[in-house]
Amino acid sequence: MRTEKAGPGTYALLVVFAAVSLGPLLWAAVAASRTSTRLAGTRPPLRFGRNLPENLAVAWTDARLGAALGNTLLVAGTVAAGTVLVSTLAGFAFARLRFRFRGALLALVVATMLIPPQLGAVPLYLLVARLRWTDGLQAVILPGLVSAFGVFFMRQHLLRALPAELVEAARVDGAGVLRVVWHVVFPAARPAMAVLGTLTFVAAWNDFFWPVLVLTQPGNPTVQVALTGLGRGYVPDQTVVMAGAVLGTLPLLLVFAVLGRQIVGGVMRGAVKG
Amino acid sequence: MTSEAGALPAAAPGEHAPGEHAPAVRRRARGAARWAPYGLVAPFFLLFGAFGLFPLLYTGWASLHRVELTAPDERRWVGLRNYTRLLDDPFFWNALGNTFTIGVLSTVPQLLLALGMAHLLDVRLRGRAFFRLVALAPYATSVAAATLVFALLFGREHGPVNWVLGGAGLAPVDWQNGPWASKAAVSAIVVWRWTGYNALIYLAAMQTVPRELYEAAALDGASRWRQFVHVTLPGLRPALLFTVVVSTIGTTQLFGEPLLFGAGAAATGGADHQFQTLGLYLYEQGWVNLHLGRAAAIAWVMLLALGAVFGAARLLGARRAG
Repeated sequence: MRTEKAGPGTYALLVVFAAVSLGPLLWAAVAASRTSTRLAGTRPPLRFGRNLPENLAVAWTDARLGAALGNTLLVAGTVAAGTVLVSTLAGFAFARLRFRFRGALLALVVATMLIPPQLGAVPLYLLVARLRWTDGLQAVILPGLVSAFGVFFMRQHLLRALPAELVEAARVDGAGVLRVVWHVVFPAARPAMAVLGTLTFVAAWNDFFWPVLVLTQPGNPTVQVALTGLGRGYVPDQTVVMAGAVLGTLPLLLVFAVLGRQIVGGVMRGAVKG
Repeated sequence: MTSEAGALPAAAPGEHAPGEHAPAVRRRARGAARWAPYGLVAPFFLLFGAFGLFPLLYTGWASLHRVELTAPDERRWVGLRNYTRLLDDPFFWNALGNTFTIGVLSTVPQLLLALGMAHLLDVRLRGRAFFRLVALAPYATSVAAATLVFALLFGREHGPVNWVLGGAGLAPVDWQNGPWASKAAVSAIVVWRWTGYNALIYLAAMQTVPRELYEAAALDGASRWRQFVHVTLPGLRPALLFTVVVSTIGTTQLFGEPLLFGAGAAATGGADHQFQTLGLYLYEQGWVNLHLGRAAAIAWVMLLALGAVFGAARLLGARRAG
């Protein structure tokens, strides 16, 4: 950590970075507030117009963004909660319990962290098709619960945060496994559960490849599938496309504004100690 | 901290004064307690087996068959034909080259910019929380939303980017069709989305560098640049390695950007396949042309390509170190 104070040059460069980071999003909002004739003018619009509500309404109904937002909230919420629960249980077993094949099973989990999701896409699609799950949200939720990163992340956290003596003391007192999990493991795991839950929620909200394969527009889209429909010219008006992009991004931006510190901390922690 | 702790480890030093009640190693043969660990890992491994491991193993088998998306239950054994046809397809080699080009065009600037940004943030400054949050705004934006916005920004006739270029007296660029321009534009989307995220990872690593090292370097008369090269960068090695690996894996998976950057979200990646990546080529073969067997073969080739890149990197690293 350096301790010098930031000079004016540093601030100037950071302001440029901030402008480049936020500029495209702001301009998308400006474009969404205009008419398509104005957008096709010789000079791109740089100030807000008056058509935002109208374009948002069209995106909400015609592009099914309203339904898609509900779907995405359900998917991301379920995947985040389920992943946290499943990963915490497995992470605790790997961190603090001794059982046969523990090392081999953990190695198997870590090995799959590096494998691209495309590799399993074809058989997974065949499986989902055979179960008649195409266009069902469970086709996106269930595979989303498998997080090797989550298990590994929780194990690393619990190795630090959960003293073995604590588990042992509870067992000596005659507490069963479920009581140990509930009264000892969950309290110790809480901060990491919050981080993993937030990161998983963001990833599930923005997940693209798999939902585009198994969900259809206008059938039962998530936000990303609905936006793909916009890209396919489902609604050819570019101002509506921009309204959709803004509408699909706004909820997550709000989450970031509220939980900003947590997410920043999660990104910074999850990576460095991963 | 990597202490391998079992159910009953010895206490770590300083954590627990070993008194008379220090935990002793006992084997408890209570049935429930013996099986409990398996119960805890079972939910994960059941899901993992069904939706993780089984598809991975089955991909190899599927790639040796002719399977059509329209009749997913019918398989015909074709041996290695999916692979030989792949190697004969110029579009496969085109996609492989495009993936590599876009990978370099996006990873290198992204990590260099992230380094610079992290260095800027690694001082005492006002509004630190704000700048960190702003750095993550692109990361909060989905691939789909970001690509739709950038496709409009890079529009040939009415796009703000060409308008700015025109203001600077430069000719408009055909960002959608130019073989290099389109790859640069697709790379720009990746750079925009991930620079801030990587900057925060570097920043976290920079903050673990002891302040004394900077002070000592300053006393030795090291310039700021030399401090950065000799004090900051060595402390960043694990973080640099991590981001390079993650970006490389991300490159092999590039799919949403090239899909939505083209007109009408066609899977060809431009009229001339000029920015079709391997991920998009797999999608086109499997879900547009309905040849799932061939898509499975492409998935395996992608994994091999990734392995080859990492293998070559390790060899190079070993050669340089040795």
